[in-house]
Amino acid sequence: MELIDLYIALFIAFFKIGLFGFGGGYAMLPLIQQEVVDIHGWITVADFTDIVAISQTTPGPIAFNSATYIGYSAVTEMGFAHGYGVVGSAIATLAVSLPSLVLMTLVCTFFFRLKNNAWMQASLSVLKPAIIGLIASAALMLMNGYNFIDYKSWIIFGVVLVASLKKVDPILLILLSGVAGLLLYST
Amino acid sequence: MPNIRNYGELFLVFFKIGAFTFGGGYAMIPLIRNEVVKKKRWLNDNEFMDMLAIAQSIPGPIALNTALFVGNKRLGFKGSLFSAAGIILPSFIIILLIAILFSQFSDNPIVERIFKGIRPAVVALIAAPLLGLGRSAGVNRRNLWIPVAVALAVWLLKISPVWIILAAILMGVSHLIYLKKVMKK
Repeated sequence: MELIDLYIALFIAFFKIGLFGFGGGYAMLPLIQQEVVDIHGWITVADFTDIVAISQTTPGPIAFNSATYIGYSAVTEMGFAHGYGVVGSAIATLAVSLPSLVLMTLVCTFFFRLKNNAWMQASLSVLKPAIIGLIASAALMLMNGYNFIDYKSWIIFGVVLVASLKKVDPILLILLSGVAGLLLYST
Repeated sequence: MPNIRNYGELFLVFFKIGAFTFGGGYAMIPLIRNEVVKKKRWLNDNEFMDMLAIAQSIPGPIALNTALFVGNKRLGFKGSLFSAAGIILPSFIIILLIAILFSQFSDNPIVERIFKGIRPAVVALIAAPLLGLGRSAGVNRRNLWIPVAVALAVWLLKISPVWIILAAILMGVSHLIYLKKVMKK
């Protein structure tokens, strides 16, 4: 694949993710996963899970983090040099931000009263519960044989689920489960 | 006339927010409010609540939408470019460094063992807030079928979330049209 084609594909995929990424964060994950894993095959589902893990432990929205990471790795995995990867990273990050820039500029210029708009409210009344479904599907899509390799995976899942419901800090939970992985699995 | 210092200030405030908010989205809201409402007084509390409603109604990361709104309100379109750059840059730099490092270490057996432990934890962290989020999104017995149908459609039937979003907007709008017709009669 030509480098320029890859850049264009990255731009289109992440523009789409930015344009249809209602609800932010986890709600955008199924769309990102479909685009970068299922459709384009830029990364594997295990790598995708690793990116989500890195996003949970670093500052910034998941949509940016995955754009920056995948923009770089999709290019370098194809055998292009690091510098081209950095360009890919910038293209994907800009593409995911562009729809917000355009829409927010329109909102600020023309319809500041959007929040009281009956059509907007009517759309949101269905969109909001649908977004909860998207987050649930993000969790379900990641419950696969790559991420859950044996019974130990399920134990880690159960412990972290309960601890998270008890409001334990997610960054601490990721670090601890990394230590658990180191102790539970041998090479 | 806004000068270079005003733009620089916008950039710096959002750079700080972008650099210190882990977890993104809803975790950033108290920090943004502290900076924008309490310290800088760029918006009052009412405007801040209005902005949140708008930021959540349009697509894209909430943190970015918030930055764009504040930048635009304060210094127009150019202002929104500076605030957006501020919120994007910290995570861009950090993740780029990680991507460069990680591409050399991901085949390392020790890194692989660590991530074997982390992957199921990631899934648990996505699943855990579902109940609370569902409640605040107004999910009840009458509309519970919506999130269930969406989750199954995307997970099992591999339907693109693009179609889900479009269908949800269409349903909401056609319901309103129906209600307006009933009201007229």
